[in-house]
Amino acid sequence: MSDDLLVVEDLEKHFPVTRGIIFQKQVASVQAVDGVSFTVKPGETLGVVGESGCGKSTMARCIMRLLDPTGGKVIFDGRDITNLSRAQMRPIRREMMMIFQDPYASLNARKRVGFIVAEALEVHKLGTDAEVKRRVQELLEVVGLNPEHYNRFPHEFSGGQRQRIGVARALAVNPKLIVCDEPVSALDVSVQAQILNLLKDLQQDFGLTYVFIAHDLNVVRHISDRVMVMYLGKVAELAERDKLYAAPKHPYTGALLSAVPIPNPEMGRQRKPVVLEGDVPSPINPPSACRFHPRCPRFHEGHCDVEEPPLYSFSNGHVAACHYPLERWPLTAEEFRKAQSGPTGAKATAEAEA
Amino acid sequence: MALLEVNDLKTYFRTDDGIVKAVDGVSFQVEKGQTLGIVGESGCGKSVTCLTIMGLNAKRNTITSGNALFRGEDLLTMNSRRLREIRGDDVAMIFQDPMTSLNPVHTIGRQLTEAVLLHRDVTKSQARARAVELLKAVGIPRADRRIDDYPHQFSGGMRQRVMIAMALVNDPDLLIADEPTTALDVTTQAQILELMNRLQREFGSAIIIITHDLGVVAETADDVVVMYAARIAEQGTVDEIFKRPHHPYTWGLLGSLPRLDTDTERLVQIPGQPPSLLNPPRGCRFHPRCPYVMNVCKQEEPELKQVTGDHDHLQRCWLDEQTKDREAAKLLHASMAEATS
Ligand SMILES: Nc1ncnc2c1ncn2[C@@H]1O[C@H](COP(=O)(O)OP(=O)(O)OP(=O)(O)O)[C@@H](O)[C@H]1O
Ligand SMILES: Nc1ncnc2c1ncn2[C@@H]1O[C@H](COP(=O)(O)OP(=O)(O)OP(=O)(O)O)[C@@H](O)[C@H]1O
Ligand SMILES: [Mg+2]
Ligand SMILES: [Mg+2]
Repeated sequence: MSDDLLVVEDLEKHFPVTRGIIFQKQVASVQAVDGVSFTVKPGETLGVVGESGCGKSTMARCIMRLLDPTGGKVIFDGRDITNLSRAQMRPIRREMMMIFQDPYASLNARKRVGFIVAEALEVHKLGTDAEVKRRVQELLEVVGLNPEHYNRFPHEFSGGQRQRIGVARALAVNPKLIVCDEPVSALDVSVQAQILNLLKDLQQDFGLTYVFIAHDLNVVRHISDRVMVMYLGKVAELAERDKLYAAPKHPYTGALLSAVPIPNPEMGRQRKPVVLEGDVPSPINPPSACRFHPRCPRFHEGHCDVEEPPLYSFSNGHVAACHYPLERWPLTAEEFRKAQSGPTGAKATAEAEA
Repeated sequence: MALLEVNDLKTYFRTDDGIVKAVDGVSFQVEKGQTLGIVGESGCGKSVTCLTIMGLNAKRNTITSGNALFRGEDLLTMNSRRLREIRGDDVAMIFQDPMTSLNPVHTIGRQLTEAVLLHRDVTKSQARARAVELLKAVGIPRADRRIDDYPHQFSGGMRQRVMIAMALVNDPDLLIADEPTTALDVTTQAQILELMNRLQREFGSAIIIITHDLGVVAETADDVVVMYAARIAEQGTVDEIFKRPHHPYTWGLLGSLPRLDTDTERLVQIPGQPPSLLNPPRGCRFHPRCPYVMNVCKQEEPELKQVTGDHDHLQRCWLDEQTKDREAAKLLHASMAEATS
């Protein structure tokens, strides 16, 4: 048995696409998550980034068992939870919490906020009424809300305030693992700093473990120990944070890094992102072999569209699924397009991971 | 005449605990073809400002005053028929919460087609074609097929893009975009911003963009309004705000950014809690959290005044200009060091 808190093995979630009204016939499937594997150690933060619609939230929901995976395994704290029943999951639920991406949709509109946060505590029977109320008010303050917010309804909050309610609710039961799906995207940078600092403090004090999904690459860089880049249901690249930002291997990672806006009007206007051409592919009918090939500036016909790249490994633990990885970083647009190491080169320098 | 002119806008909500002054005397203008960025602390009144302009606050419990002149017509007092005509056609809004603004029981296609039919004299199939075209433009793969999906079958970012498509249906003259790209990855974000840019180039539309991403503001806005606790703390051209910010709250914002070059364990955060809008602080609303606080700040609220040498740059702070210029220069220096590293 490993010492990992979370092990995800070959996770797969396909949604059926049906036609017909009375006799629903499955005509295809959305391959939202398609063979994703990774591990997270206790006290570690794994950042997850990737294009909108690439399967991050679906993956998170499968880990939480809010969705049933169609394949693969989820092992939490040494226990395979993939096939546990609802009742068997109940005691585990308070050890793994989730902060949802859509804060409004995940809050009960008819309940006051104090109740919503307390609910997590009460479901798990943690303390008397007075204790619960005190703890809730503490939590609200910790996430930067006023005590006057205790009696309000979700619709009376701003977008960022709702997001913080979600954070407070996740923290309520002292879980071991928190899967954060865009926990700070609706927050201004100062409140965001406050939440990120809080998450880091909690990690230090209680050894919390995070899977942290976000689009803001600066935020991910700040909070993560390792970062996973997903593309269309698969892992494109996984590496230690500094490696990924300093020396990305996958062209998609490169395109992402070059697209980060710069908070400086002059420099921002000069920024030259790598433009991804072509249509965004669909998970219903994903491209053959390397799923990124139709948009990849380094595409090699007869190779990338024929042979699916395995996760080649580079230096310790840095893996990327690309036949023509980037040689260095940053690259000029010219260099970006011209892959130097041929198919044999890539294979020679990197042995495929099983 | 500006395309949109907002004067002394106030929106108060009655709640069980008292009156929440969510927007408290906000004025700004937007010219044709220009982009105004609105930034500010979470909960400071950015969305409510825009919802009020669009006439979309619940009538019950809401007290509104001031005016919002769109081509000279006051959106706040016009009759609801005229407002409906303008809304979704001349003025469109992208909402912050995509799930709440999409109807969960209707397909994406039906909602988009209805938006087209409402303002345009076209056939159903033409409307549907327009809907597919827009879904493609916002980067939804296999748009022709996914148009018959329900909102819950879309990812967070895809729903947000549907909202954007919906707002662009009739090529509006004024687009109000509330956090249009927060749920999107940076490459999709770039695509959406380009789409908005094209709307501006082709139709000379004006855009109000609310965002927490200062990078997006820097790269898209012509003018910037910085709000704090229901009021404007500072406003000016984008270059002025980023190069010569004159309000300690703006300094705090620019200073809280996670930076790519530094490995700080902790981010700088503005100390203290966001203010209550039930009982906003006396004097300058930022004073309890301001590192530069003086006695006068606790007594009297500063007015929104011009910065010497730039009549477009307004700020609300008691500090002397010398100190402000010095602090602004320090910040700029730090951010230049970061960006060039
Ligand atoms: N219906 C309501 N009743 C009472 N208070 C409200 C109501 N709607 C909004 N508020 C309050 O008004 C203030 C402004 O809200 P608004 O949604 O404009 O914030 P915002 O600046 O858009 O914040 P964010 O960046 O988090 O979206 C908030 O403090 C919020 O709690
Ligand atoms: N219930 C469902 N039925 C059918 N398809 C679904 C369903 N839920 C999600 N999908 C599809 O699965 C894919 C992945 O969705 P998911 O929400 O995981 O994306 P995501 O990576 O979280 O994106 P975002 O960054 O936009 O939130 C999308 O194409 C989405 O349309
Ligand atoms: Mg998601
Ligand atoms: Mg808002």
